[in-house]
This record gives sequence, structure tokens and C-alpha cells, in this order.
Amino acid sequence: MIAHLILRRLLGAIPSLVAVVVVTFMLTRALPGDPAAYFAGPAATPQAIEEIRHKLGLDKSLPLQFVDYLGDLARGEFGQSLTTGQPVAQDILARLPASVELTLAGLILALIVALPLGVAAATRPGSWIDHLARVVSTAGVSLPVFFTGLLLVYVFYYLLGWAPAPMGRLDLFTSAPRTITGFFLIDSLLTGEFATFRAAAAQLTLPALTLALFSVAPLARMTRASMLGVLSSDFVRTARANGLSRGTVLVTYALRNALLPVVTTLGMVFSFLLGANVLVEKVFSWPGIGSYAIEALVASDYAPVQGFILTMAVLYVTLNLLIDVLYGLIDPRVRIEA
Amino acid sequence: MNPTLRHIRYVLAENPVTGLAFAGFAAILLLALFGPLIAPYDPLASNTDQALRAPCWDYWFGTDHLGRDILSRVIVATRLDVQISLAAVALSFALGAPLGICAGWYGGRTDRMIGRVVDTIMAFPLFVLAMGIVAALGNSVVNIVYATAIINMPFYARMARAETNARREAGFVEAARLSGNGDARILAAHIFPNILPPMMVQVSLNLGYAILNAAGLSFIGLGVRPPTPEWGIMVAEGSAYIVSGEWWVALFPGLALMLAVFCFNLLGDGLRDIIDPRRRT
Repeated sequence: MIAHLILRRLLGAIPSLVAVVVVTFMLTRALPGDPAAYFAGPAATPQAIEEIRHKLGLDKSLPLQFVDYLGDLARGEFGQSLTTGQPVAQDILARLPASVELTLAGLILALIVALPLGVAAATRPGSWIDHLARVVSTAGVSLPVFFTGLLLVYVFYYLLGWAPAPMGRLDLFTSAPRTITGFFLIDSLLTGEFATFRAAAAQLTLPALTLALFSVAPLARMTRASMLGVLSSDFVRTARANGLSRGTVLVTYALRNALLPVVTTLGMVFSFLLGANVLVEKVFSWPGIGSYAIEALVASDYAPVQGFILTMAVLYVTLNLLIDVLYGLIDPRVRIEA
Repeated sequence: MNPTLRHIRYVLAENPVTGLAFAGFAAILLLALFGPLIAPYDPLASNTDQALRAPCWDYWFGTDHLGRDILSRVIVATRLDVQISLAAVALSFALGAPLGICAGWYGGRTDRMIGRVVDTIMAFPLFVLAMGIVAALGNSVVNIVYATAIINMPFYARMARAETNARREAGFVEAARLSGNGDARILAAHIFPNILPPMMVQVSLNLGYAILNAAGLSFIGLGVRPPTPEWGIMVAEGSAYIVSGEWWVALFPGLALMLAVFCFNLLGDGLRDIIDPRRRT
């Protein structure tokens, strides 16, 4: 039954993937500059440029170029980066774990804060904690994420000296752990290098906190709203009337049902989070795919930018798919429909 | 007194924050209109012997690495930031509302095709798509406006679709149809004015997001070029000085940005209270 559900969701994600690939292709073809003229160099004759254009397949019709593009993607070829001199696919694979580790850390931190805050605000409407939740969620959506990052750096690095310099995933004196998953926190634990773990955690704290501050707002707001709805429903009243303990009513009956809309919000939160990730990576010189794309953009090196957009979009479609499946697992009604 | 006015007065009395938001919005508009007249110094004039001065009596917000007065730059930047976000929001409204109204009114194939377009945009993380659009169209302020408009369009289209759908069978629409009005006239003269109030709430909430998005793009070096004063790029210029303790270079433009967004968001919540008292939180 669950396999059936997952299969259906997988099929449902295909149109999004097709759309993403088509749009990325169109963006590629609209990019400024003539790649043929670029590769031929400034002293090239028109014939030489024409020849290179033919070699690159740029003289074919757009649909044929699209087929070529699909072939390249299928072989995992995203082109060559002019700045690093490496294949883009290789660069992105090497940098992806840094971005994913940061995003997940930010999200987990946000969930840890947002869920209890939302629940507390919903159980005591009008109390100080309710007002706190409201202030946090209004302020959270108003804060430019690059600005909060800089503020945190100023306070915790420059003034208090608690955090290390905002210079990437590890300080200068620590070497990276052996790559197993690419996540420094997990790799250093697996290899038993606890000093590295501490250094990596210290570097990760501020950027993850920045992302968390930003995503607490929608999550807390949604938790509060959906808890309020569930708490006033008949089954919660019945559970209370039957003398179930406060904790059981709150967690087993109310929260489990209230989580459904929160899981739906996660999709939107991820959209913002992946975008905010780019800005946070720039602020903290984090060596992820976001800062890779920014460096390439500034140097007008477009192959990495395309690779980055495609990777981000595929990542987002996959995350949405996971959320859909998770939704089915939490909500038995969806399973029965499937 | 007119009942609408009375209701507005009641909402403002109930929630003074809304009044504050309106005042803030007026202040932002005034700064955008008259900024260059108010600014105490020339925002572009550099003066290297006054470089990186902390806030003091002569320079309330301090000076940056070229000795430019940050207060003047923050004030003058208001116009560009407000222009970008207003233009972007107006454009996405002009694109999204008609598409959404058509999708909600005609349903069927039209609805599915427009839905496909909207879903395609939403399949991307929005800021990332905006980066791609600016990279593809070219690195300029106008293209930042286009990119911001495109990524916000789905919100208007979805909302207009839902609101139109809900009114498709309404009595006043039936009446208009029976009086011999064509589709185009019903949509423009009857449906559109009725869905306008909820759409305006979306506009004001969206203004904040549009400013944040544009500032984020210029923070990573897209669109606005130095030495143009703009809040995002000023924060980017100041970010290099945070680690050495010159906080004022990034703080003041960042605060201005934050206050503007905060104000737009509160305004949106306030407008929602005025328009629809049932949805009041």
C-alpha cells in the first residue's frame, strides 16, 4: 500500500522535473554572449567561429539542441567551469554536502524552536508567550537574512569572541575529516575525530542559526494556527472529557493532527530556505554550491550557474516529493485514497 | 459617519500598530519622493580623510570606506528600493491577476494550461530562479524588476483564481449575465472590482518580499552597481568591515531595509483587518 503511494507520488513529480529541465534549457539559450565567439577567442576569423559553433552544435534548431542538452544531462555533463577549470558536475558534487549540511542544520534548529513555540502559543492564547510568538513570526519574515547573519557575526565573533571567524566550514588549523558522507559533523564522528567535530560544529552554529531565525516564523505561525483549530475540535473535547492526561491530549491527539498543515508549509519553507542559503553562504564564506554560483555569476562564467540552478531545482522537487510521501505516512486518509 | 470610515476607525483604535504602519508607509513614500532634497551630503561624494568614521554629530550614521556619508546614502537609496519593489509588484499583479481570473472563470483547459505555467515557476526555489533570470536577461536593474515580478506572479494568479472561482456563480454575476453582459465585461466590471480588496492585501504583503528579494540580488552583486546607493549593495559593502568592528557601514542600510519590510508586512495585516474582520488574528 505504501509502495503504491510512493510510486504514485514519484509519477506525480515527473511533470515538475520536465518543466524544470525545459526552463533551465531556455535560460541557458537566453544567456548573454555567443559561446562560440567566446571559445574561439578574440582574434578568431568568422569562419573559425562558424566552425566552433558547428562543433558545439549551436547551429542546429532549438528542438535538436534540446535533445543534445538532454543527452548531456543524462551523461551527467554540465559543461566546464572557466574559473575553476573543472567539470561543473564534479565541482557541484564536491560542494553539495556543505550546502545540504547547512540547510538541514538550519531546518532542524528551526523545527526545535518553532514547534514548541507554536504549541505553547496555541494553548495559551493572549498570554506573553503568544505575543512572543507573534513578534517572532512578524520580525522573522521582515529580517533580511544576509543582515541577520552579519549582526550575529558582529555580536558573537567581534564583540563576544564566542564564535570562530566566519570563514567557511573549518578553521585554518583543522583539516577536513575523511570523506564518507561529505557532512563534516557525521564524518568526524564516524572517524572518531572529536576535535574536528567541535571545530565543524562551531563553524556551523552561526550560519545555521541565521537560517533558523528566518524559517522559525512561518513554521511557528502555522503550528499555532493549526493547533488552535485542532484544540477546539470535538475529538479533543471528547479526549479531555474522558479524563485523559493533558500531555496525552496535547501530543497524541492534538499535535499529531495539527502537524499535517505544518508538513505542507515545509515545502514553501524549503523554497525560501534554499534561496536564503545562497545569501548565508556568501556572508559566511561557506564553500557550498550557492557561493560557487555567485563567484561564477560575478565572473560571467555561465556553465556553473546553469548547473547550480538545475541542481537546486531538482533538489527542491525531490524535497517536495519527500514531503508528499511523509504526508501520506502521517495521514492515513491519504493512504486510503491511494 | 460613513460605515466604512467608522469600521476603519474602529480597527485603528483596536490595533494601534496598524496606524503606525500607515505612518511608516507615508514616511517611506516621502523619503522616496524628497530623499535627495533632505540628504545632508552628496551620497556619491567621497572624502577619503573622513573614511570609516564612527557615527558622530557631523555624520549621524558614520561614513563608509570612501568617506561617503551613510545617512545621505540610506535616505537617497529609498527611492530606488521603493521603485524596484513597486514596479515589480505592479507588474506581477498585472500579469497574475488576468491569468488567475481567466483560469478561475473559464476552468477546464484554460485553467490547466495556466496552472501548468504557475506550477513550473513554483517548481523552482524562487530566489534561485530570480538569480537565473537575471543571469539570463542580463545584469541590470530593469531585469531585477522582471525577475522579481515573475517569481511573485504565481501568488497573484493563484489568489485571483480562487477568488474568481468562488464568485463565478454569485447572484450579482448571474444578474450581470442576464442583463446581457459579455464575459469580458463581467470579468472587468463585476468580478475584478470584487476580488480587488483581498488582492490588495496580497500586494502590500508582497511589497516587503519584493524589496527583500531585490536587495538580496544586489547583495550578491546582481543588478544595482556601485556606487549607486541601494540598501542591499550597501550592506554588501559593509559586510567586509563587520569582522573588523566597523558595524555602522552595514547596520544602518540593513536597519532601513528591515524597517521598510516590517512596515509593509504590518500594513498588509492591517489592511486585512480593515477589509475582512472575520480573518482578524
